Amino acid sequence: MSGYPDSMLASIAEVERSRATRLGETFPKLPQADADALLQRHHPDYRPEGKRPISIGPNRDDRAPVELVDLLEARPRIAAGDVDLTVVDRDVGVLILGGGGAATVAALWAVEEGLAPEELLIATKLRHGDSNSMMAQGGIQAAVSPTDSPSQHFLDAFGGGHFTNKPELVRALVEDAPGILRWHESLGVLYDRDASGEMLRKHGGGTSRMRMHSAKDYTGMELMRVLRDEARNIGIPVLEFVSAVELLIDADGRVAGAVLVDVETERYTVVRARATVLATGGFGRLHIQGFATTNHYGATADGLVIAYRAGARLRDMDSVQYHPTGAAYPEQLVGQLITEKVRAMGAQPLNRHGEQFVYPLEPRDVEAAAFIRECYEREKHIETLTGFRGVWLDTPMIETIHGKGAIEQNLAAMYRMFTRFGIDMTTQPILVFPTLHYQNGGVEIDPHGRTSVPGLYAAGEVSGGIHGKNRLMGNSLLDYNVFGRRAGRAAAREVLDGACPRGDLSLDHAYRFAAELQRAGIDGNGVSPMLLPDYRGKEALSRRLDIF
Amino acid sequence: MEMPERADIGEAPVRIHVLGRAVEVPFGLTIMKAMEYAGFRLVRGVGCRGGFCGACSTLYRRAGDYKLRPALACQATVEDGMFLAGLPFVPANRGAYDLESIEWDGVPDGRKTLLPAHYPELARCVACNTCTKACPQELAVMDYIQLALRDDLEGVARESFDCLQCGLCAVRCPADIPHYHVAQLARRVHGRYAVAPSPQLSARVAEIEAGEHHGEMDRLIGLGVPELTALYAQREIEEVAA
Ligand SMILES: Cc1cc2nc3c(=O)[nH]c(=O)nc-3n(C[C@H](O)[C@H](O)[C@H](O)COP(=O)(O)OP(=O)(O)OC[C@H]3O[C@@H](n4cnc5c(N)ncnc54)[C@H](O)[C@@H]3O)c2cc1C
Ligand code: SF4
Ligand code: SF4
Ligand code: FES
Repeated sequence: MSGYPDSMLASIAEVERSRATRLGETFPKLPQADADALLQRHHPDYRPEGKRPISIGPNRDDRAPVELVDLLEARPRIAAGDVDLTVVDRDVGVLILGGGGAATVAALWAVEEGLAPEELLIATKLRHGDSNSMMAQGGIQAAVSPTDSPSQHFLDAFGGGHFTNKPELVRALVEDAPGILRWHESLGVLYDRDASGEMLRKHGGGTSRMRMHSAKDYTGMELMRVLRDEARNIGIPVLEFVSAVELLIDADGRVAGAVLVDVETERYTVVRARATVLATGGFGRLHIQGFATTNHYGATADGLVIAYRAGARLRDMDSVQYHPTGAAYPEQLVGQLITEKVRAMGAQPLNRHGEQFVYPLEPRDVEAAAFIRECYEREKHIETLTGFRGVWLDTPMIETIHGKGAIEQNLAAMYRMFTRFGIDMTTQPILVFPTLHYQNGGVEIDPHGRTSVPGLYAAGEVSGGIHGKNRLMGNSLLDYNVFGRRAGRAAAREVLDGACPRGDLSLDHAYRFAAELQRAGIDGNGVSPMLLPDYRGKEALSRRLDIF
Repeated sequence: MEMPERADIGEAPVRIHVLGRAVEVPFGLTIMKAMEYAGFRLVRGVGCRGGFCGACSTLYRRAGDYKLRPALACQATVEDGMFLAGLPFVPANRGAYDLESIEWDGVPDGRKTLLPAHYPELARCVACNTCTKACPQELAVMDYIQLALRDDLEGVARESFDCLQCGLCAVRCPADIPHYHVAQLARRVHGRYAVAPSPQLSARVAEIEAGEHHGEMDRLIGLGVPELTALYAQREIEEVAA
């Protein structure tokens, strides 16, 4: 199977016909009122049946996606008596749950703060680095150029988040950003640069200044592999293929470690820790509202579930980020991310007739809603052989604007991905449709990464408040660095200042939570956290959207 | 939400062998999805599912072909008659190093003090090109090993940049060279010592440390949402330089 079928080629011919005229014109940005109306009508987040209130716990009555509420309202995996908590298998200073960017940055900065590497433990579900962090393509934001400033970055992030972000977190995000990039330089991260040696910068959806810094379209991989390499150099202990299944609480009600389960042998490990950092990432693999996802295999909301049972407050869980451009063809790539950089470099979104219908770089939610409207209301979509709907991204424009070879040079990952399946994106457009991408909300933190439960820190995609109800591209690679660092340092500081679990470790909080569920008459959601999705049998086939 | 069943897989089922077991799967699945379709719940050999992490390195053989071929299971499509296996992981040699204590001025000096000193096994390369043929990213792996032998760090960094650290090259190399670890060392030393720090970035960091931006930020934080909304709406969008 290679290339496009005839049915799609006919529409490509229309795209080619309109290309020359379109080169000089860009569809205008929507006025705010129109953007709001579009969101109301067409963004999946605004569909009432997609959400329901949480019945118990700190966020009782808050609405969240039903797929998540099901997990929050499920029974703990560990039944009383399954694990002997008096036998402590590992006793550590800081336990870091997760093995992506936030976890690794937290570990590196805990050491920088003065903790010996042996006093740390990274425990992660897959291999160290197998994570959403590895997959980021577009770039990382930081206000570096003289045309830009931290306050301009603040305005973009706060407005992009519909003014629902916690301002003090946004402030930390934007003020730490340049220092983070400087740190990366010192670690040997290879950012794209121009001939003069200055870092290249680009726009991203919702940015008013060009402040996206990238490493080709392997930005996340370049960062993650350098951070992991450094963690290996300084000897930070890592346990792979173990999932956190429950947090442990001490006699004072502080979080004091976690119970881990080996995902292969299903053996439990009890880890006692003087401080715990939750860095378990997002929830894309819950396939909210049936959407395909860009996320890695382990993105199953485990951290939210176990933190919630321990009493941590969540926030902004009612908003989910759908990336406007997931691959819609070929079948093997459905759901995978087409980086925003493709639009930033000039590829316009087009309907079946080769017409523009939206400004290419609206905030993500607005852009996604416009695509859904074009496919399901105006029905000017392109349909694949298997009935999947999408719109075009006119990638050949990139080569016209930036010169031949610009795609291979700047979008190597993308180019390779399509070439593997017989599509040459330098000469033909690619088909896209929104895909489930990012967990906007999460466990509420303060500027030091502290959650509402003592002893528990959180950083990265699992945390909430930084992005409010909508994250801008390039602010989450930044967020895992800024708050990974802040949480790692604060956790290490707490340990260095003498924090220590007191009395017996217990899981009583989880059983109390289960009892409360029972009293509320909630039963039948099985157990959680999910740990890994199950794609056996027909679930292996690409998820199709059945909307509107 | 109940997932709709696929109406139409396109073409006739594909017959493959997964870890020795014969199964039929629909046409057009990746190797990874085919294994899942066949009933395997993957724990190892799966990470990003998008061609970025290198967790799904796999070897397969086609019916009637003697060759073992490497692939990323999440990026290759199953074909009729394939024999599939997964590689659990590659226990390649990696030496720890202290980036700060390495000295490098960006110029290969002919004394081969850096990469060959960290990885003496580089000298065992027999130039068979097997690594290049194994690479799912289609990198010129042998070429970057040759550049590494000469301590051409910039060249290694350029040629190896898209490396997923999947290990398929190392699995097949008769000289047991850990290509991707060599390349990682080269990229970091090059990035740390041979790429000049961004002047704008250094200047901005200094401004922030000197508190130059605090005032403006304090002012913004002090504003209410209505004022911020107005400011947000009035933002001028920086023009993309031609
Ligand atoms: C395809 C893609 C492209 C992206 N592009 C960009 C971009 O261009 N710019 C940008 O800023 N952001 C981008 N993002 C978002 C960004 O990459 C992530 O939000 C960010 O990297 C999250 O980092 P993290 O460390 O919090 O989570 P992750 O990197 O996902 O790490 C979480 C880790 O925790 C592990 N884990 C999960 N559950 C458990 C458990 N129970 N026990 C132990 N371990 C567990 C996971 O396996 C994983 O290793 C992108 C995301 C994706 C998926
Ligand atoms: S160079 Fe080696 S480790 Fe890197 S992608 Fe190619 S085969 Fe995999
Ligand atoms: S496979 Fe090994 S020996 Fe052969 S060219 Fe590559 S590095 Fe050299
Ligand atoms: S699962 Fe990450 S490259 Fe295939």
